[in-house]
Amino acid sequence: MISPDELTTTALDASKADGCTVVLTDTSEVNLRWANSTMTTNGHSTTRSFSVISVVGDSVGVVSGNGAELDEVRAVVAASEQAARESGPAQDVAPLVEGEADGDFGEPGAATEIGVFARLTGELAATFDGAGESGRGELLYGFADHRVETTWLASSTGLRRRWVQPTGTIEINAKIADNLGRSAWVGAYTADFTDLDFPALVAELRRRLCWSKRQVQLPAGRYETILPPSAVADLMLYMVWSMDGRPAHEGRSAFAVPGKGPGATRLGEQLTGLPLTLSSDPSVPGLQTAPFLVTTASSDSASVFDNGAPVHRVDWLRNGTINALAYPRAAAQEFGAQFTSPAENLILTGGSTARTDELVARTDRGLLLTCLWYIREVDPVSLLLTGLTRDGVYLVESGEVVGQVNNFRFNESPIDLIRRVSEVGATESTLCREWKDWFSRTAMAPLRIPDFNMSSVSQAS
Amino acid sequence: MLDIPGKNAATRSPYIAGALKRFADSARYYCPECVMIWPPNDPAVPLTFRGDAGSSYGTPVTDCNRYFCTAVSEEHTFQSSLFRTLPPLQLGSAGVSTGTIDTDFLALPLRSLADAALERARELGAEHADVRIERITGQLLRLRDGAVATMQDSTTIGLAVRVIVEGTWGFASHLELTPTSAVTTAQRAVEVARTLRPLNAERVELAGEPVHAGVVWAGGHEIDPFSVPLSEKVALLSEWSHRLLATDGIDHTDVIFRAGRETKFYADSDGTSTTQQRVRMHPSVTAIAVDQAAGLFETMRTCAPPTARGWEYLAGNTVWDWDSELAQLPEWLAEKVKAPSVAPGRYDLVIDPTNLWLTIHESIGHATEYDRAIGYEAAYAGSSFATPDKLGTLHYGSPIMHVTGDRTYPHGLATIGYDDDGVATSQWDLVRDGTLVGYQTDRVFARRLGLERSAGCAYADSPHHVPIQRMANVSLQPDSTSDTSTAELISGVQRGIYIVGDRSWSIDMQRYNFQFTGQRFYRIENGALAGQLRDVAYQSTTTDFWGAMEAVGGPSTWVLGGAINCGKAQPGQVAAVSHGCPSALFRDINVLNAREEAGE
Repeated sequence: MISPDELTTTALDASKADGCTVVLTDTSEVNLRWANSTMTTNGHSTTRSFSVISVVGDSVGVVSGNGAELDEVRAVVAASEQAARESGPAQDVAPLVEGEADGDFGEPGAATEIGVFARLTGELAATFDGAGESGRGELLYGFADHRVETTWLASSTGLRRRWVQPTGTIEINAKIADNLGRSAWVGAYTADFTDLDFPALVAELRRRLCWSKRQVQLPAGRYETILPPSAVADLMLYMVWSMDGRPAHEGRSAFAVPGKGPGATRLGEQLTGLPLTLSSDPSVPGLQTAPFLVTTASSDSASVFDNGAPVHRVDWLRNGTINALAYPRAAAQEFGAQFTSPAENLILTGGSTARTDELVARTDRGLLLTCLWYIREVDPVSLLLTGLTRDGVYLVESGEVVGQVNNFRFNESPIDLIRRVSEVGATESTLCREWKDWFSRTAMAPLRIPDFNMSSVSQAS
Repeated sequence: MLDIPGKNAATRSPYIAGALKRFADSARYYCPECVMIWPPNDPAVPLTFRGDAGSSYGTPVTDCNRYFCTAVSEEHTFQSSLFRTLPPLQLGSAGVSTGTIDTDFLALPLRSLADAALERARELGAEHADVRIERITGQLLRLRDGAVATMQDSTTIGLAVRVIVEGTWGFASHLELTPTSAVTTAQRAVEVARTLRPLNAERVELAGEPVHAGVVWAGGHEIDPFSVPLSEKVALLSEWSHRLLATDGIDHTDVIFRAGRETKFYADSDGTSTTQQRVRMHPSVTAIAVDQAAGLFETMRTCAPPTARGWEYLAGNTVWDWDSELAQLPEWLAEKVKAPSVAPGRYDLVIDPTNLWLTIHESIGHATEYDRAIGYEAAYAGSSFATPDKLGTLHYGSPIMHVTGDRTYPHGLATIGYDDDGVATSQWDLVRDGTLVGYQTDRVFARRLGLERSAGCAYADSPHHVPIQRMANVSLQPDSTSDTSTAELISGVQRGIYIVGDRSWSIDMQRYNFQFTGQRFYRIENGALAGQLRDVAYQSTTTDFWGAMEAVGGPSTWVLGGAINCGKAQPGQVAAVSHGCPSALFRDINVLNAREEAGE
């Protein structure tokens, strides 16, 4: 394959545009999927994404190709310039980012291979065999994925950045074969699978399957509910993805303020007296992400003109108060704000040292969720979301889990949940269920909601 | 009016051109020009068409050995909301190919790369091997308030090798199209299979399929969207935006245009080789009204569905009536802004095809995927209440419910000649007379289900993803005995809501409990529309909902809707799929008020 250095040099040399940024990402990925205690699909892929962002006057064109041959690289450069000439003035125009060259820019990309699953394969095969033994009767379902992405970003300004992003996830779902409604789920994030505590994950699954021996039917209604970190992550992610500055200023977002005239946003509004802080920070140990912006498509939260701009910690909520909205540089200038760009992780802090089990122990009567699923926006004005509970809703009485409850459809706004949260536990690394394909680096705290809106019963089990 | 592939729009007649013919082996009818079958699986309906009725047609259209003979028909006009030309209701067989393959793709060393990979896989002990060489081209264009906010073109090329070794799948892919890459990718696929062999408890076996050697299929479009200059696209979409922005009450516009083109070569160790190409596009226009004082904003989006057509879908106003829809958006939005909030409770619903397609997608399309029904997606997308033990007995809905699966409708997003298992595509029943009678399958699942052949639902969205069983076009058939109009359905409702356009959707992992909203909700009082409502969400359980379907509209209400963003599998794959349906009447459905649900 063409080396990244040769590819980026060829592209920048070929560019006749006023400005040019090249984003190259080499991805090496292995994955393994299983269901009914047998493997279903797998794969090992080697892919490259190569994008040229050409700026001609106030216009920009973004064209991506394979980057497998130098002639194609030059053709992509020409196509992006043509696109820039034809697309008309861009709304997010800003000078291309300047900066230094990373010392490791010329180094090759990193890769993974199927052997990364060697230990997991043995442990999983043994669990498949053991799960089928008489008395246990479990069926296992799940997915393990390891991806290593190396990104090179090179600009006509002289900027040269390189970043290696490993991402590993595992999800395991266990069901009782003669009653598939007894179902439990665990998931974990790992950079390289060496730190994966597979036996601990299986032990947690089996603890939850024991809880499900007693089945309890409950009607729809508002329940005191403990949201574990995974469910909190899914809700907080949706909220942060809605915290773009432009729509708020234009009055078409849940973060606009009614009645205060054009441009008023909810920045500075205190949602809760609890010291909750929700942040993204590329330097968080174990959840590191690129310390510079990389995007090949402009949106309300990021602009292709901003590629390479440093990404710092952002507190979206700080001590219970709405503290930041996302602004590309052009939007920041338009609305008198600071450039604010989310890193690819999300962390909720400000709670006690209590783990989820301790919140359960302090509950007279309530529900403990496992995770949320099929989360969709119902009303953007309030950021009302709907979705379902999945793989274990547990009834808590007198501080103990006493059985598994039917599933529910919920209707809730994460903004409103922050207002109503009555207890926050300890922050821990967690894998969200709904959005993990796009966003797997989160650390969240369990939350107690005194009146979570279970809108209707779902027969799904 | 029926769209006739390959014919210039200007020459289209408001009637189906040509005579209907009848299949020799059934009572179904067939239009040799537009390859429509009518009715889907029913004995003949007294539905006829202007043309040279009565002539015989004795030539097989494909290699499937189906011959056509004489039928007659009466005159009938198809009308359908904003479709200037109604998508054909059915298509006969996979072999109908009306387009062409890009010559630069054909110039690639497809056969030699495939042979190198297949040979290496065979040498290493693979019992089965297949190779895909694909080029996937995409375009995203977004205009905010008439100016370009996002512009992105992308092309992905790659080579994929899938093997079965000792009854175990192995898959590998690489971006390079070189003989060395083909050989090493085959080796890697075998290595994956052997490494993970200890995890496989079920020997992989494929249903049989005739060899299709050297076949070519290309979907029908008139203008390749990627041949149209960007400036022309921007000019049209910008003009649409400014048309709306010039209207009182519209503060912002958001126009999104997506186009895709798939070109794929497939070859397997049985001798099948296919070369195929299709395009798709989805333009959508949203008008936004903001009331800063009240802290409210409201939107109205076009209902034009995504479709496997070319640029002719947007240009010229000949396929979809853009002028009419854009002209009405401001008025619809203004009425919605002022509309009263719905009182929650139980209502009769008349659901327009522009909304019902999504309910079909979620509650029937996914529920009748065989891989879901046997648990393959249980840890992710979910399973299905419609399990194989209920095949032939499950009362899915009322007796008028007839749902088909197909990968053959002209301009259907799932339509293609051969799937990614090398299987010729077809059309079949999923729900007949309200009963579950079929599943969507690939070759592995067809064999497990005891079928002789696969339904042809294998699909991978990229050369870097493994084929899985994906959704066919799943469609609700119209009333085959009467061309009941939407107005006639509404006339039978005392207190209800007429719902148009899709918006929010959510359904549980077994496809029981769902909740949908829409673009427009009209109160029905005493059989007539009585102005818009807002904040409507309808919530039900799949079999209750379809069991409450009292009537379906006729062919004139039938519209082919769909989505280009259906997600499934891990790693995640995205597929495009169409769903045709008529308007339909549902009795006594639970309606929520979204604002009240938010605690407001």
